[in-house]
Amino acid sequence: MELLDIGIKFILIVVIFLISLVVAMYSTYAERKLAAFFQDRVGPNRAGPGGMFQPLADGMKMFMKEEIIPTQASGLLFIVGPSLAIMTACIGSAVIPWGQAITIGSRVIPLQVTDINVGILYIFGVVSLGVYGIMIGGWASNNKYSLLGAIRAASQNISYEISMGLSIIALLMVTGTLSLKEITEQQHGWHWNILRQPLGFIIFIVCAFAETNRSPFDLPECETELVGGYHTEYSSMKLGFYLFAEYINMFISSAVMATLYWGGYNYPGMDWMAAHVGPIIAPLIGVAVMFAKVFAFIFFFMWVRWTIPRFRYDQLMNLGWKTLIPLAILNIVLTGLFITFL
Amino acid sequence: MSTFYFIAFLSIFFSLLVIFAKNPVHSVLYLILTFFTFTIHYILLNAQFLAVVNFIVYMGAIMVLFLFVMMLLNLNKETEPGKHYLAKLAGVIAGGCLLVTLVGSLKAYKVSAPVVLQDPGLGLVKNLGKVLFSEFLLPFEISSVLLLSAMVGAVLLAKKEPKATA
Repeated sequence: MELLDIGIKFILIVVIFLISLVVAMYSTYAERKLAAFFQDRVGPNRAGPGGMFQPLADGMKMFMKEEIIPTQASGLLFIVGPSLAIMTACIGSAVIPWGQAITIGSRVIPLQVTDINVGILYIFGVVSLGVYGIMIGGWASNNKYSLLGAIRAASQNISYEISMGLSIIALLMVTGTLSLKEITEQQHGWHWNILRQPLGFIIFIVCAFAETNRSPFDLPECETELVGGYHTEYSSMKLGFYLFAEYINMFISSAVMATLYWGGYNYPGMDWMAAHVGPIIAPLIGVAVMFAKVFAFIFFFMWVRWTIPRFRYDQLMNLGWKTLIPLAILNIVLTGLFITFL
Repeated sequence: MSTFYFIAFLSIFFSLLVIFAKNPVHSVLYLILTFFTFTIHYILLNAQFLAVVNFIVYMGAIMVLFLFVMMLLNLNKETEPGKHYLAKLAGVIAGGCLLVTLVGSLKAYKVSAPVVLQDPGLGLVKNLGKVLFSEFLLPFEISSVLLLSAMVGAVLLAKKEPKATA
């Protein structure tokens, strides 16, 4: 009995891990295809039908390339950097509820690895840890461009973490719980948090762009100023890990946004579905809805990247400190007034 | 219990590495590991909220700033200020005094009976919040005002002086 539970959890973890990796892999393909679409090109179309095997070819290339560790680099930390980046990217998915519990016979299988009662804070902690991979890698490369990239990443993450935290506080005032599972359940039947926290969501998504180092906030790897940023000295799969971590981060932050603000796995008419198609199919439709929302956000990330040019560094800091933080505080005050008087 | 001893050993091991590491950046990284072991201690004590907050605030924010400053300063052997032997002597005496005080004060205590937690859910965020906002409301609010004033003070110190009329 106990062993079976552990087995189910293990399978769930492996499946989520594999899904994260596959989604990240095909995000690279989607990004290139979308970039091509936005720029009126064809995009990758050689490997397989419509270029479908392009990510596999890219991965193979990454593995086959020569492994270079600069002689002046600080040996162990040079390897720790990308490892930490990919590790922190992968552990964020542990608290996200992917769907309602599936009931098979008398056994209830929750589609969430673990429902800790500080779920949001856990995500927040993992996000704040993510910057270490970049900082350590950038510093260990012993290259001034890498170091500049690392320092930019650090200051950017610290600045945007504040407004992200403040926007989450406003959300918590509405939901009254830190558990992601409860937050999703509260949003059942059109009580989506986006309707109650529109400003908070805008602040959150801007901060999510900054935290994942996505354009227009990709200053840490700004190639026009810094050659390649923090991963200038990296080659082979270590570079691959950094690039991959960015896509996994994008996937996880999309999932977090869908869960916190857009109702997670909730969809209109889910009670009718649950009554009519049974306790196994209905939650799976919920999972599909969840993934549809996640993919919509990933598309949004890419859409923005190929539409909006990169910020200048002082503009980035101004936006973070002088616009987003006051807005987030205003949002908290407004939420407080709203709760008190309405 | 064995988990506790293992984690406690790691805490002490990493904190020793913090002071023995030659490179200041390595020191900061060991300090981060030390804080991580503290997080595990909090989880073992069933104080989830404290664990996560320690994780976010110390590991995620304060240590990033430490690392940031260390990387910017780019400290190395050449820039290290020479230590006078008098300074070293003073350091040894001060450290010895601290050790004597610590040993003296610890000797006065007896080994306490193992503490049994009255309420295993004490460290959960709900209970913590209730206690903070009812029983300890005044100290809680006063400390928040203290933090605010410290923040204002820091901003005031960091602000550039307006240039004297030239």
